[in-house]
Amino acid sequence: MAANDTILSVDRLTVRFDASAPLLKRLVTGAGRRIVHAVEEVDFEVARGSTFALVGESGCGKSTIARTIAGIQPPTAGSVSFMGVDIAGFRTRHAAMPYRRNLQMIFQDPYASLNPRWRIGRIVAEPILTHALMTPGAALKARVAELLETVGLSPGDAGKFPHQFSGGQRQRISIARALASNPAFIVCDEPTSALDVSVQAQILNLMKKLQRELGLTYLLISHNLAVVAHMADRLGVMYLGRLVEQGDAAQILGRPLHPYTRLLLDTVPDPRAPGRARPRLSGEVPSPLAPPAGCAFHPRCPLADARCARERPQPVRVGAALVACHAVEERRLPALTSEQECLSSPGDAA
Amino acid sequence: MTALLSVQGLRVEIAARHRVLTAIDDVSFDIAEGEILGVVGESGAGKSVTGTAVLGLLERPAYQAGGRIIFAGRRIDTLDEDAMRTLRSRQIAAVFQDPLTSLDPLMTIGDQLVETMQTHLDLARAAALARAEQLLAEVGIPAPRERLQSYPHEMSGGMRQRVVLALAFCCEPRLIIADEPTTALDVSIQAQILDLLRRMCRERGTAVMLVTHDMGVIAEASDRVAVMYAGRLVEIGPTRDLIAAAAHPYTRGLMASIPDMHRRAAELTQIPGSMPRPDAPVPGCAFHPRCPQALARCATDRPAMLPQGASQVACWLVDAASRSAA
Ligand SMILES: Nc1ncnc2c1ncn2[C@@H]1O[C@H](COP(=O)(O)OP(=O)(O)OP(=O)(O)O)[C@@H](O)[C@H]1O
Ligand SMILES: Nc1ncnc2c1ncn2[C@@H]1O[C@H](COP(=O)(O)OP(=O)(O)OP(=O)(O)O)[C@@H](O)[C@H]1O
Ligand code: SF4
Ligand code: SF4
Ligand SMILES: [Mg+2]
Ligand SMILES: [Mg+2]
Repeated sequence: MAANDTILSVDRLTVRFDASAPLLKRLVTGAGRRIVHAVEEVDFEVARGSTFALVGESGCGKSTIARTIAGIQPPTAGSVSFMGVDIAGFRTRHAAMPYRRNLQMIFQDPYASLNPRWRIGRIVAEPILTHALMTPGAALKARVAELLETVGLSPGDAGKFPHQFSGGQRQRISIARALASNPAFIVCDEPTSALDVSVQAQILNLMKKLQRELGLTYLLISHNLAVVAHMADRLGVMYLGRLVEQGDAAQILGRPLHPYTRLLLDTVPDPRAPGRARPRLSGEVPSPLAPPAGCAFHPRCPLADARCARERPQPVRVGAALVACHAVEERRLPALTSEQECLSSPGDAA
Repeated sequence: MTALLSVQGLRVEIAARHRVLTAIDDVSFDIAEGEILGVVGESGAGKSVTGTAVLGLLERPAYQAGGRIIFAGRRIDTLDEDAMRTLRSRQIAAVFQDPLTSLDPLMTIGDQLVETMQTHLDLARAAALARAEQLLAEVGIPAPRERLQSYPHEMSGGMRQRVVLALAFCCEPRLIIADEPTTALDVSIQAQILDLLRRMCRERGTAVMLVTHDMGVIAEASDRVAVMYAGRLVEIGPTRDLIAAAAHPYTRGLMASIPDMHRRAAELTQIPGSMPRPDAPVPGCAFHPRCPQALARCATDRPAMLPQGASQVACWLVDAASRSAA
């Protein structure tokens, strides 16, 4: 089913965590089980050489999807296939090796992901050595120096330890490490959130250059919508574990359809308009421990009606986008232009 | 307005193997009661080191080599370890750049909040628990009562960051040093946290040193902004003035590198070159190798802070302008 240029395909991915108290305590206190619905039936595909971005509120499941794709978090249901192979098949370390070389991850928390006792040179060289791409020696040293310069650090930094660097410098070290094994795909979880704007511009320009030259593919997670607008070809908007809208990034950012996407875009702070009163998302913040019935967004949605509280909306195709919302399907969304009204179900799109 | 915090001529050095490096060089600023001072600047400029110095938490090989830090009229950089610890627990709270360092991985969120409150405030466990739940709700954590039982690893990056904020707020400090407190947060939660910070400033007169690289956060939350470059302060002034008409060429470059949601450029503007690091200092104005407007003297003479409107700026251009105006 996957087209030839699809490098990653995520199919009805569901991840749940059991966060219950220990059984004995539950018996004593009468507390029930607590299941965190972190990711629910998420479907998307990423084309080779493109950037797919995931956005959504804190806790909506973005990092969980990233960790599942990186093979760190097993799915509860559904599947992830990378370069045409289901990653669940990589039971042994050995079988997973080529996959790991081609898929690297930049973690949301750069501190936790750098070994404090290793020098920077060793940290950056590690993926190269693990995958036996080079042997220790002068050539490897030169490669590490080159990687450090690529991310705006200096070759002399190879001899230092992580604690000698500022937050943003550490994030650049983890970017250098992710690039070390020449991967085809990089999962970037908030890659520039600890960076100031000028270094951020440097890193984003570098990511784009590598993409142009080497055909790299990115899954980008960022809460900075300006960064997403700059980088992404396609965009998925998540709410409480589900994808509520996905499609062409420029189109969604320019003409969002889902009521949640619209609110999300309205809350972006604008550095060029200080003191602007941003609208706030109102209503009780829902919890993935007990997601609301029907459309999970209904308690906060200005367009919610009785059907929304009862029935979960299925994704429908609107132009090139997929949107899960009854108001969109019933065409009662305010200010829909004629162009956006070519509603059809996902099946008959092709 | 009297300053709650006054940093005067701060100098921080780092003892390297063969020589001494200067990380912070002659930095001075005030924060008034109820005021939010934003601190911005390139990665490695010295923002976290400055915050750490104010908290008295510099660790070897870094140490304060000069200057004074005055809090509520009292000099605090000369206090001993114990007095400083008491001050930190009651009056000055810290939100570190790395949320994980502030959380105990083996304790539930609820226990950590309750323990912190009970050590510093006279509260019974039940009252502390109720307050902990209320704090979690205030920082926008869904199902706060259930979340009290969660361990840090069971929370998302943004949730952990908010728990750290709740820990900083729980003892009602007079000064909060917040280092990148909203970097891992999406825009709507970020707005909620900034509202909360502003409300604490207004209602309780809390002062905040808000370190962030996010100019959107600065624009929305801070009253004044301090811009740091290579361990020095290069510009400080009212937020509106700085955004509308930054005087220092570095600040202008910083403003131009912000990606714009409404305009997708092929390349983002970046300031060419990189900032000098403490182990390779630059004479004169530290920005001169990258400055599009550098004058001959910029390479040799260091510009002093001079008033420019309501701001203070360290740049020879401003010096020349004020001279010709006089
Ligand atoms: N190991 C775990 N055990 C229990 N719950 C977990 C675990 N890991 C994640 N969760 C829960 O899963 C949900 C999704 O978390 P995730 O880290 O994917 O969010 P996120 O979208 O990355 O958020 P953020 O923007 O804050 O990083 C959260 O409610 C979180 O508390
Ligand atoms: N223990 C140390 N040993 C050596 N150098 C250090 C040490 N601590 C900090 N530095 C250096 O001091 C400079 C200032 O660091 P600081 O952490 O204050 O930067 P920052 O402005 O907070 O940057 P970021 O935005 O990346 O967090 C950096 O160049 C850093 O490498
Ligand atoms: S389905 Fe209903 S509640 Fe959900 S987003 Fe659409 S209109 Fe709102
Ligand atoms: S002092 Fe000179 S080099 Fe420095 S910012 Fe001003 S003009 Fe540029
Ligand atoms: Mg995350
Ligand atoms: Mg820092």
